Amino acid sequence: MKVLIPTPLRSYTKKKREVEAAGATLSALLADLDRQYPGIRFRMVDEQDQVRRHMRVFLNGEQVFDLARPLKPTDEIAIVQALSGG
Amino acid sequence: MATKKPAPRAKRAPSKPRSVVLVATRKGAWIYHGDAARKTWRADGPHFLGHIISHMMLDPRDGRTLLAAAKTGHLGPTVFRSTDLGRSWKEASRPPAFAKAPTGQTGRTVDHTFWLTPAHANEPNVWYAGTSPQGLFRSEDGGVTWEPFSTINDDPKYREWMGTVQDGTPDGPKLHSIIIDPRDPAHLYFAMSGGGVHESLDKGRTWAPLVDGLEVVGGFDATNIAFHDPHCIRMSPANPDRLYQQNHCGIYRLDRPSKTWVRVGKAMPKKVGDIGLPMAVHPRDDDTAWVFPMDGTDVWPRTSPDGIPGTFVTRNGGKTWKRQAAGMPATDAWWTVKRQALATDAADPIGVYFGTTSGELWGSRDEGEKWRLIAQHLPEIYAVEAGELR
Repeated sequence: MKVLIPTPLRSYTKKKREVEAAGATLSALLADLDRQYPGIRFRMVDEQDQVRRHMRVFLNGEQVFDLARPLKPTDEIAIVQALSGG
Repeated sequence: MATKKPAPRAKRAPSKPRSVVLVATRKGAWIYHGDAARKTWRADGPHFLGHIISHMMLDPRDGRTLLAAAKTGHLGPTVFRSTDLGRSWKEASRPPAFAKAPTGQTGRTVDHTFWLTPAHANEPNVWYAGTSPQGLFRSEDGGVTWEPFSTINDDPKYREWMGTVQDGTPDGPKLHSIIIDPRDPAHLYFAMSGGGVHESLDKGRTWAPLVDGLEVVGGFDATNIAFHDPHCIRMSPANPDRLYQQNHCGIYRLDRPSKTWVRVGKAMPKKVGDIGLPMAVHPRDDDTAWVFPMDGTDVWPRTSPDGIPGTFVTRNGGKTWKRQAAGMPATDAWWTVKRQALATDAADPIGVYFGTTSGELWGSRDEGEKWRLIAQHLPEIYAVEAGELR
């Protein structure tokens, strides 16, 4: 499925703003992203499997926090840097 | 993440050691290359523009490898490694991270890696890291993968001594001052703000506090390790049995095998006091050390006392201290120096360097007698390290 990458993480995706990744859950999708772009997951999800404070994940426009959330191949994921920090 | 710097570097003579000063800031890192006389400096940077770089270290075992502890305001923490003096950087595949908590329990997360220490000369590729909140980590592959010390990070007593985020320094509680005895790679020290000074004689399998003689803030119980706040500890390279410490409550010296710190900061001028963050030690003279006092009165302004900056040096193990401020502003300089931002090189005479919270890099080629501004208008400087390239 299509995954939108925010600018702070594009150093991992060779500057690509949109990449393809697969997974039956959000957790599996992030694992696939990390397989393709090593290191990207830990910058946005901490060691306790929580989405980091200033990162947000949107599934078809809906904000999601649960990494176990099921996904369909037609879903669209947007990873967004939160509007925090002024 | 691997990053490449676009501009190629000029070729340099390969054999003679060359001085470098590594500057880690709130908005990136810079490498300053000195000429043979350490009189002029060439800036290489910024590296990691916009990243918060808490510490950048040159591996003295090869004089080539750099590690940098990085995060950004929004992204999680990581460590970068360069084997070509910063021309390219490669990210750690497993940066320092706490163990995942069992289901139903709340685990800790590393906010940033704060301190990097190369291990013993006989342990190439081994590094130690300290984090915020307090955690101790070790890498055996040059900083690519990092393993936590469960004997510290998950030990109930140590967790109690670490306190909570509310007990820590303004930008988070930290584990720092990781020191390896050059005579014995199993003999380690580290310190925590807050949480005291600790020692291991068995490579980190067991640890014991080392806080006798240290004072704590009035009204608190000095027998409670959690109330101890060491700011920076340095071992004398010339005499590994001697440690100096800048603490929240004064300047101390410890001569092993004694376990009792002595407050040598009481010899500082009363008007200046002995509060500060950094500490530096002469590489060849165990009686010589430097501090950079700051205002620790009232609400702790953390500026130079009365806006008048200056290093203080002792040449006799802390019996007396002498102000060294020639070249610095005489007044109205409301900056200070953070705990990792005062360093010495090993030249003769040695160079002393410090970076300020206002983004100035200062250097002295005569052990602090005269100071010169090397760079200004940098972001807030978090750490300064001096080394020799090979």
